[in-house]
Amino acid sequence: MKIAVTSTGGSLDALVSEKFGRCQYFLIVDSDTMKFEAVSNLGEQMQNNAGPKAAELIINKGAEVLLSGHVGDKAENTLRKAGIKIVNGFTGNEKVKDALNNYLKTKEN
Amino acid sequence: MTISVASGKGGTGKTTVAASLASVIPQSVYIDCDVEEPNGHLMLQPKFTLEESVNKLLPEIDYNKCDFCGKCIEVCEFNALINLKFEILLFAEMCHSCGACEYFCPQNAITEIPKELGKLRSGITENGIKFYDGLLNIGEATAVPLIRKVKAKIDNEKINIIDSPPGTSCSMVETVKNSDFCLLVTESTPFGLNDLKLAIDVVKNINVPFGVVINKYDETFEEMENYLTENQIEVMLRIPFDRKIAEAYSNGILPVNNSDKIRREFIGLIATIKKKIKSNVTQMTQKKQIFAD
Ligand code: SF4
Ligand code: SF4
Repeated sequence: MKIAVTSTGGSLDALVSEKFGRCQYFLIVDSDTMKFEAVSNLGEQMQNNAGPKAAELIINKGAEVLLSGHVGDKAENTLRKAGIKIVNGFTGNEKVKDALNNYLKTKEN
Repeated sequence: MTISVASGKGGTGKTTVAASLASVIPQSVYIDCDVEEPNGHLMLQPKFTLEESVNKLLPEIDYNKCDFCGKCIEVCEFNALINLKFEILLFAEMCHSCGACEYFCPQNAITEIPKELGKLRSGITENGIKFYDGLLNIGEATAVPLIRKVKAKIDNEKINIIDSPPGTSCSMVETVKNSDFCLLVTESTPFGLNDLKLAIDVVKNINVPFGVVINKYDETFEEMENYLTENQIEVMLRIPFDRKIAEAYSNGILPVNNSDKIRREFIGLIATIKKKIKSNVTQMTQKKQIFAD
C-alpha cells in the first residue's frame, strides 16, 4: 500500500510537515518494502488553490492514505472524492518514519 | 467625464463623498463599483427599475469525449482544474473564464457554460440621478468581470461618479483606471495616512490625475500635512468632524442636504475638478500637437 506523508525534507528521517498544501515535500512510501519517492511540492509557492493541487499530486501518485498535520477543507474534499484516507494530527516533532510506524502499528491493532 | 472616488481602506467616508458629489451635479450618473459591499443605494435611495444577471463562462466537460489527458489542467494558469483521472474537478470560484482549457482540449470535450456571478441593478433617484450598482455573489474570487459590466454604464455625455472598492486590490485598479480624475478620501489618522500613500502609488501608476479629500479632518495631525506638502499633493477638501452632520448622517441624510456650507463646498469641489480635467485635456492635445509637428 502507498502512503503519502507531508514532510519538511526528502528522507524518512526528515520531520513531518504539519501543513498540507504548502509543505515542502511529499514522501510517497510503499509500506510493504519501505521504499519511497520524494516529490517536491510545487504548491509551496502557488498563489491559488495550493491545497487541491497538492491533493491532485498525491492522487496521481497512487497513494491510498495520507498522513499530515492538518488538511484544509477544499483539499480534503478533493482527496475524499478520490477515496484517499486522511489521517490528521501528526506534529512537526515527529520524523516521517516514526509517523509511518505509528500509523502502521495502530492499523494492525 | 468620469470621476472615481477611492480610498486606501474602508470606513473613510468614501461613499458619502461620492454620493454627495453626485447629489450636487444635475443629471449625474452614479456608478457603484464597490460590488462586494455596495452602499451607495443606502445614501441615494434610488428606485430600482431593473436587475440583470451578470454571468461568467465556466468550462463543462463531456465525459464521453474526455480521456483525462490533463492538457486542460496544464494550461489553466489559475489552478482551477484538478485531474482525478476519473473526473476533472472544477473550482469555479478560481476560474477566470479565460477559455484556454476549451481552446487546447485535444478531444473537444470542453464547452463553456454561463453561470451567474452577480447582479447589475439600474435605477433612478428622486432628483434624477441615474444609479447603477453591482452585487457580487458570495464566494466569487474575482470581482473584475462584474466591475467591467457595471462600468459599461458610464455615459460619456454626462458626469459620472464612480464609487470604487476600498483598498488597492485589482478591483480598485479596474474601477479607477481610465477615469478622468480620482478623488482619494482619507482621514487624519496614522492608518489613514499609511493607506493614502498606498492608494497614491496606485493612481500614479495607472496615470490617473488625483486629489485628496480629508474626512474627519484634524489639524493637529501634522504628519499628514507634512507628507502632502512635501509631495506637492493637493488637498481639495477638508471636512472637519461635526456632531450635527454625523447625527443627520446616521439617519441617512447626506451632509450636502443638511448643511449649506458643505453643499457649497462640494459644488466648489466639482467646479475645481472640472477645471483640472479641462486643463489636462488641453495639455494632452498640445503635447500631441508638438509630436505631430
Ligand atoms: S484536455 Fe480535454 S480530454 Fe484532456 S483532460 Fe481536459 S477535458 Fe479531458
Ligand atoms: S477557463 Fe481558464 S481559468 Fe477557467 S478553468 Fe479553463 S483554463 Fe482555467
